Amino acid sequence: MNIQQLWVAYATLVRKEIKRFTRIWVQTLLPPVITMSLYFIIFGKLIGERIGEMSGTPYITFVVPGLVMMAVINNSYSNVVSSFFSAKFNRSIEELQVSPTPSSVIIAGYISGGALRGLLIGIIVTTVSFFFTSVAIHNVFITLVVIILAAVLFSLAGFINAVFANSFDDISIIPTFVLTPLTYLGGVFYSIDMLPKFGQVLSQFNPILYLVNSFRYGILGISDINIGAAITGLCLMVVALYSVCWYLLEKSHRLKQ
Amino acid sequence: MVPALAITGLTKTYGNGFTALKGIDLTVEQGDFFALLGPNGAGKSTTIGIISSLIQKTAGSVSVFGCNTDTQFSQAKQYLGLVPQEFNFHVFEKVFDIVVNQAGYYGLPKSQAVSRTHELLKQLDLWDKRDTQARMLSGGMKRRLMIARALVHKPKLLVLDEPTAGVDIELRRSMWEFLQRINREGTTIILTTHYLEEAEQLCRNIAIINDGKIAENTNTKELLKRVDSEVFILDCDIQPNALPPLAGYTLTQSDENTLEVEVKKGQSLNTVFHHLSQHAINITSMRNKTNRLEELFVKLVNKGAA
Ligand SMILES: Nc1ncnc2c1ncn2[C@@H]1O[C@H](COP(=O)(O)OP(=O)(O)OP(=O)(O)O)[C@@H](O)[C@H]1O
Ligand SMILES: [Mg+2]
Repeated sequence: MNIQQLWVAYATLVRKEIKRFTRIWVQTLLPPVITMSLYFIIFGKLIGERIGEMSGTPYITFVVPGLVMMAVINNSYSNVVSSFFSAKFNRSIEELQVSPTPSSVIIAGYISGGALRGLLIGIIVTTVSFFFTSVAIHNVFITLVVIILAAVLFSLAGFINAVFANSFDDISIIPTFVLTPLTYLGGVFYSIDMLPKFGQVLSQFNPILYLVNSFRYGILGISDINIGAAITGLCLMVVALYSVCWYLLEKSHRLKQ
Repeated sequence: MVPALAITGLTKTYGNGFTALKGIDLTVEQGDFFALLGPNGAGKSTTIGIISSLIQKTAGSVSVFGCNTDTQFSQAKQYLGLVPQEFNFHVFEKVFDIVVNQAGYYGLPKSQAVSRTHELLKQLDLWDKRDTQARMLSGGMKRRLMIARALVHKPKLLVLDEPTAGVDIELRRSMWEFLQRINREGTTIILTTHYLEEAEQLCRNIAIINDGKIAENTNTKELLKRVDSEVFILDCDIQPNALPPLAGYTLTQSDENTLEVEVKKGQSLNTVFHHLSQHAINITSMRNKTNRLEELFVKLVNKGAA
């Protein structure tokens, strides 16, 4: 396929993915808005006012970046895992497998779809947060880079989950038992300085900590970690997960007997 | 001229250790209308899956119009259109979207994709259903949807895995006409079927696959010549057990209105008629035993339509 044809194939996939998540917007776009509004009201306003400051900022301002990040991660992940798993389940993935669309474009298409949903949710949730607090963005460039990296990284993770899933139950195992705990322990609601030494060391292995902190740095200018190292690490993880996706698509017996 | 399809030494052992293909060699010439026949589990779908990159082969090589499916897969895939045995579209997607998206996966620019989709949906009588979700189509419509989808990028080789399974007689006939037309217009066609009549009517060459091996590969006429006997059914008036035997022929009486006669190669129906008229048995009509119901059904349907 030449460049133009590759672009057509990519655009077709992305358009189809966008159509899918907007068609079922009640399942995809509405729930995060409701949950996040509740978080803002309860943690930000009601409880937040008693907590006072965290790392030198009002608590509501401290949690907003973390909550936005959490919404982006969850939605990117679940978009790709459910879309790709259902394509595998109803065998419509064969439409792509018989076509000359290369694996790299298939991955790019699904990941773009997932990332776009994640970012769209991010924008909506951020907009909602303006009803509760207002923040001036400290570093727009870092903010954007980090949020896009997060959306891409977790879309890739969702893709891998979908390849290995055998049933619709399997696509909720990772979100429930891995993603949610890591997010809660990733410094969305607290600064890791508050943890005992052991907890701080353990947190170093949680990728979501780097995302949340880099993103908070982009918005508020405060962080528990080294931003440059965090972004480099995230980029490396994107490359690693992409390679896994590519390998699975080309070789996995789960997709090709 | 390179063959439309060339398969050599193809084997497939599935993950569970089962060997479905035990060394298949097959060549299909350009422009051919080719039947791949065989009993359930013979390996037809496995072969087709490998040709269309849905199944990984264990050994051997496959080329489509001279393009190796390993080394020149992009081009090989452009040449190939697949209608699989089982429905494999997204049931919540609309008919039009399914076809137009497939064109996109082959890199067809939007305007071409749209006009090609219009054309095919009209030809395959799906135009009225273009905005319907695929799950709401009937079985026959779903088959036609898969044919439209397979043709959207104008493949030179169309492979159909049991396209007429579960399709009514009238629709089957119109599918045959459609396939014959695109074959005349230059598309090479390979199909699998369990209806021998279908292969006989449509296909110039036939391969029979059994237990993962090619058991027979020849042209249809040759194969038919080998049919060494035919059973005819004769309608007549005859008393029970009043049938006089005829030496060399198997004449049996199924009931008081029907006789069955087996005519072997070299034998003649004249002998049978002569014998029966000598015994004052009056024959009112005659037909082949096989496909009897089908013929009757087509007559009824056509009468109803007229
Ligand atoms: N995924 C699989 N794992 C293990 N064995 C398989 C798999 N798919 C097919 N087989 C086996 O391979 C053999 C050939 O199957 P295949 O589907 O190619 O048959 P077929 O000729 O298409 O039959 P049918 O006319 O019933 O469609 C069968 O014995 C089948 O059980
Ligand atoms: Mg089959």
